[in-house]
Amino acid sequence: MAPHTHLLLNRLVGFLGSALLLSSFAMLSMRRMSSLVRIFALQGLLLTLGTLSVAIVAGEPHLLFSALFTFIFKVLVLPIILFRLLERLRIRGEVEVLLNVPTTMVVGLFVVVFSFALASPISELASTVSRGLIGVGLAALLLSFLMMITRKKAITQVLGFLGMENALFFSAINATYGMPMVVELGVAFDVLVGTFVFGIFFFQIRETFESFDLKHMDNTQTE
Amino acid sequence: MALVSLILSPLAGALVLAFWGHKKVAPALNILFSLLTFALSILLADEVYRSGPRLALDEQLFSDGLSSLFLVVTGGVAATTSFFSFRYMAIEAAHGHLSPERSRLYLALYQVFVLAMIVVLASNNLGLLWVALEGATLATVLLVGWSRTPSAIKASWKYFILCGVGIAQALFGTILLYFASEKTLGPGGTALLWTHLAMVKSQLEPTVIGLAFVFFVVGYGTKVGLVPLHNWLPDAHAEGPTPISAVLSGLLLNVALYAILRVKVLADGALHSAMPSRLLIGFGLVTLLLASISMWKRQDIKRLFAYSSIEHMGIATLAFGIGGPLATFAGLLHMTAHSLVKSAIFFVVGHIVQTSGSQKILSIREVAARTPGLSRALLAGGFAITGLPPFALFASEFLIVSEAARRAPYTVPFLLFALFVTFGIILFRILEMNGGGPPLESPVLPSPPLTFFPVWIHLGVALVMGLFFPALLASVYQKALLSLGPLYGG
Repeated sequence: MAPHTHLLLNRLVGFLGSALLLSSFAMLSMRRMSSLVRIFALQGLLLTLGTLSVAIVAGEPHLLFSALFTFIFKVLVLPIILFRLLERLRIRGEVEVLLNVPTTMVVGLFVVVFSFALASPISELASTVSRGLIGVGLAALLLSFLMMITRKKAITQVLGFLGMENALFFSAINATYGMPMVVELGVAFDVLVGTFVFGIFFFQIRETFESFDLKHMDNTQTE
Repeated sequence: MALVSLILSPLAGALVLAFWGHKKVAPALNILFSLLTFALSILLADEVYRSGPRLALDEQLFSDGLSSLFLVVTGGVAATTSFFSFRYMAIEAAHGHLSPERSRLYLALYQVFVLAMIVVLASNNLGLLWVALEGATLATVLLVGWSRTPSAIKASWKYFILCGVGIAQALFGTILLYFASEKTLGPGGTALLWTHLAMVKSQLEPTVIGLAFVFFVVGYGTKVGLVPLHNWLPDAHAEGPTPISAVLSGLLLNVALYAILRVKVLADGALHSAMPSRLLIGFGLVTLLLASISMWKRQDIKRLFAYSSIEHMGIATLAFGIGGPLATFAGLLHMTAHSLVKSAIFFVVGHIVQTSGSQKILSIREVAARTPGLSRALLAGGFAITGLPPFALFASEFLIVSEAARRAPYTVPFLLFALFVTFGIILFRILEMNGGGPPLESPVLPSPPLTFFPVWIHLGVALVMGLFFPALLASVYQKALLSLGPLYGG
């Protein structure tokens, strides 16, 4: 490969990483449920492109499979399932928040700084082409975590959960060019089963509480 | 050979019950498959005991002294629980709470759950271990919400989200571990295999392993029920069907702690510092203190014993934190004895709740007058779980306290405080339920035969382990410690 193409791809990896971080912030700030799912699909696409370019730059053919797999799974299958769910359960309208969006964003900024500080010793040890992006993975992980704890509806928590999985996958690609194939397949299988279980849950929750707002659940007396 | 067939047995069970779980014979099939799994686990343990660790399937599966011990405990408790759930579900069906379809779901998921736990214990690949532990969560989420009441759905949602978040942290830990080991073992399949990692553990990069260990403890610790990530546990135990509470407490918590123990061996080897031990001591102390205080004023009997499980997991974690051969042995003994005793208690509690129609301690009265057998069993279980001699938990707690006094004296007052508080609360509550209360309204049917035999088997084994501790058992534990490495085998 010509050196300038190499450099270009290397820059592209960096660009995709920052786009991924931005998309995590976008998920935090989105107010409409359907745009949240769209952002999730976009994140899947960024992940696919990122994996693809790392695969080419580093010359790791098995990452091409991972990229293909990510594309099918996170850009097509999961968003389709989620959109169907939104449609069948007639979920529209706004995301409800526990902590308002601007405050969450400020907290998110601190989270990013913290993650980069935590990841810097690891980045120094890494030998991958995209080692600078390990901090991005950790930041995206913690931002998704933040989304899970500050949102009230069950379906937003699910998107936070899937966002976490995206971030973990991204970290694995950047730190070590992905996990061994058998582990990656196993993780993907778990996520798929998990999404189905979530789907079953939504129907049970609606039947029982007639709402997806977790506050109805919170009001249920347990002790 | 035994290793592969041990996994095939619950897998076959899950498939068969997924298709024919609605038939009349299905609960009996569940018992049959569980007994088969138990027999195979004993066969495997015997093989490992005689001729050392086994490997199978391209080194992906593996069993040594430690994992074969836990495989036998898992197989055994799963088998006796299948007997208990046979009786429990028959009574639920008689009350009209059970359709054939729901019964099919229950039985198939029960086998999937056993399968997932066995894969965790038998997996050599720490990545697959993660996958299987997450699989165990997914199988039990639907079981916890099985009764579909609002509080059950709330409990299982909480369980799903909290454990999902927790286990994601553990996956990050796994990624970091792979990152560190890849440098020594090279990329590809072998870098996550425990047998390979254990050999090169002193060459692993300490900073990365230290960080990975923290993520592992937080992640798998969520499943163990370590405070402050224990929130899901009392809800899941209280709202799920009682056989599931028994296997959650008796098996799943153990399996998650087993994962932490494996990773701690690697961290100790790589770090040459007391950080992993201190972290476990810290989590253990906070857990046992908070759990014992939370037991105060619990009105729900299943919730009370769920907090007791958290407390016992805290004690075992503390023991592994103290470290050294004796405390590690005590921790293992504590985990196995707790499995037996706590599942026995849940068997009794399940029947008590079914005969009195309530989980609230205030409405459960006169157990002694109505069902003397249950009252005796509950009292014996109460003595065993609070660590009174001659049961095995006395031996393990005694060892842990004396090792704590020797190696980490500042923990002793907290440990003793927690032990006394739980002792007082549990026995007080049990006496309260056995004693007087509102007069009897309706006559209670005599309990059918074979209700108590799983309970007495469990308590009997715990008694034998506390009284004689046969030489064979001693050498089984010895081998389990040796398989952890020279630091623990002493």
